Amino acid sequence: MRLLGFLLLLAGWLLLMSALVLLPSPGARGGFACAGVAVQLLGLGLAFRSHLGMEGERR
Amino acid sequence: MTAGVGTLSEMGTAICMLAILLIPLAGAGLALINTGLGRSRSAAHTMLAALSVMATAVLAYGVCGFAWQSMAGRAAHTFVLAGQPWNWLGRDAFFLRGVTADRSLVIMLVCLQLFSAGLAALIPLGSGADRWRLGASCASSALLAGWTYPLFAHWVWGGGWLAQLGTNFGLGQGMIDAGGAGTVQAVGGLSALAMTWILGPRLGRYEHGGFLAAIPGHNAVLALFGCMLALAGWSGLGVASAILFYGVGLKAVPLIVANYLLAAGAALLAVVMLTRARFGKPDASLSGNGWIAGLVAVSASGPFVAPAAAVLIGAIAGLMVPFAVEWLDRLSVDDPGGAITVHAVGGIWGLLAVGIFARLPRFQNGGAGSSGQWLAQLAGVATLLGLILPMTYLLNWLLDRFWKQRVPPDGERQGMDLYELGAGAYPELTLSNE
Repeated sequence: MRLLGFLLLLAGWLLLMSALVLLPSPGARGGFACAGVAVQLLGLGLAFRSHLGMEGERR
Repeated sequence: MTAGVGTLSEMGTAICMLAILLIPLAGAGLALINTGLGRSRSAAHTMLAALSVMATAVLAYGVCGFAWQSMAGRAAHTFVLAGQPWNWLGRDAFFLRGVTADRSLVIMLVCLQLFSAGLAALIPLGSGADRWRLGASCASSALLAGWTYPLFAHWVWGGGWLAQLGTNFGLGQGMIDAGGAGTVQAVGGLSALAMTWILGPRLGRYEHGGFLAAIPGHNAVLALFGCMLALAGWSGLGVASAILFYGVGLKAVPLIVANYLLAAGAALLAVVMLTRARFGKPDASLSGNGWIAGLVAVSASGPFVAPAAAVLIGAIAGLMVPFAVEWLDRLSVDDPGGAITVHAVGGIWGLLAVGIFARLPRFQNGGAGSSGQWLAQLAGVATLLGLILPMTYLLNWLLDRFWKQRVPPDGERQGMDLYELGAGAYPELTLSNE
């Protein structure tokens, strides 16, 4: 699950960078960049949840 | 956009060198904070680890770090994508060959970066306190100072692709980080997060039916004195970085110092009032961490914001500290020194604050004014989360496969001082039946 979280972090970054490179309009760039960061937040949440799950199992 | 290779006046050189010489005080402050917020049975270990980690980081940066970071205007590895050059890695010589003591900025920048790399490497120690082996922490800091830190610092301060977002994609002046909120603090803070995931929490921290067991720091005086030292060190780092990387004039130096002090003060008072309102009394360790969070957050924008904005940036950074600490505890992330909350959360907020509050001058070869600056800052934050955090975790996870980073449970119960050093910091406190 942590690996999936890291992949989402990377995917969010790629989404943001793609928006900056490919989209000319500032509005669309901003929208897609924010979507990229939202994907990253999901990934970060997943990585934290996986740590919580692993600690629970260890206890 | 960062300034390239140039020269400074004699006065500029003197002020810049003085500012650089203040930076070790930030390291001393962090070491004292980590020691004070840790257990007494690990105090000597924490201080020795701070010195050892700084020594390792400085050597690793000298061997290969500067070669990969380099500076704007010097040789770099670049590829072309979507019709634009992407400068991703410096191409200087290893072992600082080619760096000469002349009147150029290069030698001063090397001095500044040696201290900065050492400071970044100190940050994760706070989160690994009471359980991180001395040798493994040095190896981890070599990875940070020899690769991760120079890589991101090149992108931001070495004329890399984040600094060029303004010229290449019309995003303001490119990513701006005047004093290292991202390059030093957030990189260190995210390394701290990776280390807490790898090391796991201290024994007994979350083991009473899932409830949180408080393990208070052993010396609040050390921790709070560390906060005072840190102010001088952070101001030095902010002044030197602003002059060397962004060509800020000497007349801006008082503004930078004032902004650092205002932000730290606002952050501390915000935490004092918040903890008093919530718990009935101010919390000393959270308030100290709030002070540092204010310094961290204003680092990105020190020369480019008005004092009122610095107060706001600091106050928000401070208010985030208690909530972030509680949130991390709920997620079983044991961070005794508050490194993640202060340096990662505060640093990321500082980078975003540049896009909100900064009034940027047009730098040499700069981009499209202030329009789109927030997007450049967001790209920097996304890069920290999307590339730097996973890479740091992977490197330290691999290191952990070959060299176990955590001491065994017996060592942790005994205390790091006795287990790894054979003697404690406070021998007169040893209990005896005689």
